[in-house]
Amino acid sequence: MLLVVEQFLNGLQFGLLLFLLAAGLTLVFGIMDLVNLAHGSLYMMGAYFAATFVAWSGNFIVGILLALGATLLLGIVLEVVALRHLYGRDHLDHVLATFGLILFFNDMVRLVWGPAGLALPLPAWLTVPVQILPGVFYPAYRLAIIVVALAIALMLYVVVMRTRLGMLIRAGASNREMIGALGINIRLLYTLVFGLGAALAGLAGLMQAPILTVQIGMGENILILAFVIIVIGGIGSIRGAFVAAILVGMIDTLGRAFLPDFLRHILSSAAASTAAPALSSMLIYLLMAIVLVARPEGLFPANRR
Amino acid sequence: MKSPLNLRNTIAALIVAGLALLPLFSQATGNIFVLTLFTRIVIFALAAVSLNLIMGYGGMMSFGHAAYLGIGGYAVGILAAEGIGSGFIQWPVALAASALFALVIGALSLRTRGVYFIMITLAFAQMAYYVASGLSRYGGDDGLTIYKRSDFAGLINLSSRVQFYYLCLGCLLGGIYLIWRIVNSRFGMVVQGLRSNEQRMQAIGFPANRYRLVCFVIAGTMCGLAGALLANNTDFISPAVMYWTRSGDLMVMVILGGMGTLFGPVLGAIVYLVLEEFLSQVTEYWAIIMGPLLLLIVLFGRGGIFGLVGRLARG
Repeated sequence: MLLVVEQFLNGLQFGLLLFLLAAGLTLVFGIMDLVNLAHGSLYMMGAYFAATFVAWSGNFIVGILLALGATLLLGIVLEVVALRHLYGRDHLDHVLATFGLILFFNDMVRLVWGPAGLALPLPAWLTVPVQILPGVFYPAYRLAIIVVALAIALMLYVVVMRTRLGMLIRAGASNREMIGALGINIRLLYTLVFGLGAALAGLAGLMQAPILTVQIGMGENILILAFVIIVIGGIGSIRGAFVAAILVGMIDTLGRAFLPDFLRHILSSAAASTAAPALSSMLIYLLMAIVLVARPEGLFPANRR
Repeated sequence: MKSPLNLRNTIAALIVAGLALLPLFSQATGNIFVLTLFTRIVIFALAAVSLNLIMGYGGMMSFGHAAYLGIGGYAVGILAAEGIGSGFIQWPVALAASALFALVIGALSLRTRGVYFIMITLAFAQMAYYVASGLSRYGGDDGLTIYKRSDFAGLINLSSRVQFYYLCLGCLLGGIYLIWRIVNSRFGMVVQGLRSNEQRMQAIGFPANRYRLVCFVIAGTMCGLAGALLANNTDFISPAVMYWTRSGDLMVMVILGGMGTLFGPVLGAIVYLVLEEFLSQVTEYWAIIMGPLLLLIVLFGRGGIFGLVGRLARG
């Protein structure tokens, strides 16, 4: 029972983290029609910036805020220098150009920070276990991730659905010529949206950093998960990304935790220990295949032009 | 009717002649490195050529093509590890496994279009990668060493560098010939028609997805052959072969050379891998140069090298 609660919370926490990454990806795709593979690189940069700034400032919160600002800035620079010129081009061009950016970022990080990973140590007040239910303890840091990510998700909803900026964003997504003709600076809006997406990716990266190590290529595996999520949720839909992210986070975490035991019940233990790792990493792709067969446009297809 | 002696055909003929004469050059100068490098290049060219069939002619932007490299390679590696060394068994199994995988993921992925298709093929290839990493009996993450190359009962000796090179080159030229025949057949016309205007083709009465799926399976099978060659070339197969950056490499080769041209992907593979080799000798951080280079190629080099050649020829 204790294990179930813990794994359930782990799944929720992982899902929310994936949501932060997928939200930026789907926002950029929905509004600028840009496929950004380098989104995973921004996730990685967020983690590296955090490890560097926390070590430099000696304060966890200050370091993290600095890292968040740095990722936002990096995203804006990236958009202005490179990605802006890709709007309106073929999706294939996006894939190739941002693939080039991934190669660049990976080797750049290797050059600057070296090939070995970094660690992002937690401050003492975040390492204590918190009692969530009678007799059930859960690490404070993972709980903090859940709270922060939920707050961000709520904020994202309010900004996109309830503010003037969000109105412009939605208008830009449905008809970019018209909003430009109405006198809105669409270039600035795009830069802002990209910066926001970058900051979300960076936030996901730096929050994951204390749990895993900060290393080169950390953004790539999780980027593929983010792709799976936006395919399941429906590209361009933030609500879809949220539902799909929680679903994927849960299935992945619970699958890895309980599938080996489950298989041991129905197979011989040798066969189970061979099949379990492969099968549990396949689970979310099976989910994606099922969703695709049932609804090729994803669970919550966004209203596209 | 275009003259058969235009600039593009001349370049294609030069490539073929150059590749055919390469072992002679290597033996005359004693430069073995160039032969091993080009064996690798020819194998990747075969993979790129097969990707070009679906990407260039079929308009299906698959981002998971490296999966077949791995499947073809693992078929050879696993059979070798289980004591079945005959190439007459290994290679057909490699092709059949690739075809089957292409059939299943093609049937699922082709329900979608555009960017969904890119991401789904990517995700399925990544799934294959994780499955291979989980095969603890066959090395898991560390990969599988192949102690003996495929045995063709004295017909051809794969351990001889020159013979193996010519086998790879033969496969490449055979693959290009096959694609040439396909592209100019009725079937190929339908697939290309689907790329230009799917609605119109369906209105005439062609079942779009069935044609696409057959094309997808042919390309996957051909890439599986490249995988079998690759495993024999390196005497080793690991999940890294099907990591998604490999699929990206293959896409870059196709685009770089010229999508939808018969010899473009071959030229792309040569330029990309030679460039990679050259840059990695100049600096350990070669991707810092290669990455922005790709960005520039996408921004300014539309149509790849063969497209550029076409523009030059027209003046």
